[in-house]
Amino acid sequence: MPRPAYTLTELMAVVAAREIRDGEVVFAGTGLPMLGVMLAQRTHAPNCVIIFEAGTVASQLAHLPMSVGDPRAMRRAAAAAGLIEVFSYVLQAGRVDVGFLSGAQVDRFGNINSTSIGRNPRRPSVRFSGSGGACDIACLAKRTVIIAKHEERRFPERVDYITSPGWLEGGTSRGEAGLVRGGPEAMVTTMGVMRFRQKTKAAYLESYHPGLTPGSVAKATGFALETGGAVETPPPTPEELRILRREVDPEGIFLG
Amino acid sequence: MDLRRAASLVPDGATISFGGFTTQRHPMAFVYELIRLGKRDLYLFGHSPGGDWDILIGAGCVKRVELAYEADEAFNTVGPRWRRAVERGRIEWEDYSNFSMVARFTAGAMGIPFMPVRSLLGSDVLAKTALGPKQRRSDPRTSPKKAHVMTSPFNPGERVVLVPAIRTDIAVLHVQKATSQGTVRIEGQTFADVQQALCAQTVIVTAEEIVKEDVLRLEPERNPIPNFAVTHVCHVPFGAHPYAVFNYYDYDPLQLKEYHEEARDDDAFRRYLEKYVSGVKDHAQYLEAVGGRTRLDPLKASPSFGYSPDLKRRRL
Repeated sequence: MPRPAYTLTELMAVVAAREIRDGEVVFAGTGLPMLGVMLAQRTHAPNCVIIFEAGTVASQLAHLPMSVGDPRAMRRAAAAAGLIEVFSYVLQAGRVDVGFLSGAQVDRFGNINSTSIGRNPRRPSVRFSGSGGACDIACLAKRTVIIAKHEERRFPERVDYITSPGWLEGGTSRGEAGLVRGGPEAMVTTMGVMRFRQKTKAAYLESYHPGLTPGSVAKATGFALETGGAVETPPPTPEELRILRREVDPEGIFLG
Repeated sequence: MDLRRAASLVPDGATISFGGFTTQRHPMAFVYELIRLGKRDLYLFGHSPGGDWDILIGAGCVKRVELAYEADEAFNTVGPRWRRAVERGRIEWEDYSNFSMVARFTAGAMGIPFMPVRSLLGSDVLAKTALGPKQRRSDPRTSPKKAHVMTSPFNPGERVVLVPAIRTDIAVLHVQKATSQGTVRIEGQTFADVQQALCAQTVIVTAEEIVKEDVLRLEPERNPIPNFAVTHVCHVPFGAHPYAVFNYYDYDPLQLKEYHEEARDDDAFRRYLEKYVSGVKDHAQYLEAVGGRTRLDPLKASPSFGYSPDLKRRRL
């Protein structure tokens, strides 16, 4: 077999895009999620709408932003305001269908840490950026998709700090915590795609990326990962790759 | 007002917030002045600051921060001096989320003691605190409690999180246009600038352009802040460099790259500070030090985009 003619970033962007349905309101952060939404808009979801927490609604991006507060996010936006408007009237009010999240650690219930490493949050050994809007998106979007680098230490049994609540302890614990909606639907990683069992809310492997095996994915996961029934991730189509490279990120900002 | 005089109004130990969001409209020229003036023990409040906080923290001006995020997004996923300050135990902080921080600013701006949000539930942002009860009790600049979970008095099935109002001594915004009478025009995203301004005692606005009052009064619906709430206005072109100002100029990828490379190392960071901040007299000299017109002209915004569409900005 010849080497696949796409990069891992391209594959993940395509997989992320496929999580978006037409007509949905998407809350996206910088990087892969932006690639995913822009690709979805140019393929199967022409009517999905992109919201950036810094204050723009329904941008029609001409150039990839490098931050959610980038002047590029203003391009042909339907509305522009500030954070309080987007967070309260759009997100908290329940108008966001899907939000994208990422972090340094993710556990089997899709709880995410983007704050710090170390059990004592007052004396962390490694400090990250912090929540930003991630905790809010995790709490208030109708569903979320998690993007993560797949390494054993990044998928521990429990995260050191729950910056963004997923299914918490699994089962019905999310609702019991007082959260009114949402929860993670998928984790798109550098090795595959995981989803969550309906009752237990524990992650299972839905697909592994071409070149890998279910076993190799499980081995790179710090918690016990169910892999029965997993299939190979469908690779990007030539059309998806063309759009990604020529239209979405011709500058090579995130695709390299 | 002259920028140095405005910055001199900030006493050591002041509570302060800066406008902008990660890569746009931070009042950088003002921040550099605070460093030149050797300000100490500042208490910063913000949602998603970026290099404005990072360089102030690195320069030793900051005692405590309350925040949601400190990074430059695609330029660097964590502020290098912020990260080191935390890991070395050299700064006090408390984590919130963007929504809860802007809800706190909004409460302060509205003159109410707290704001309910439906976020944070189930998270460690709510369950854990980085500031101890002693640190909170002994200092009126910090709320005695981080947050409070409440059941709705109208429906026992609904839970909200109350987050405490923020009222700062000072807010500093960098905007596109202002008048000498304090009328302000923000173009593009407003971020939380309006709420940050209106919860502060003293509001300092630095602006790319000072325009005539009549011009901004033609469209009052685009002026988001009551002008009597603005205390001082300074004319500071390129006042947000190396960050962007919609309709005026883009972020400066070369400068950001240099900052983020140098700020990883203590000595290199000190040299950066000397070269661009403490070793130069004022903002005009700073702009020369970064390369003057040769560097700045390509950043200027195209009128049809509001940014520089041809800017070279491959991921750093």
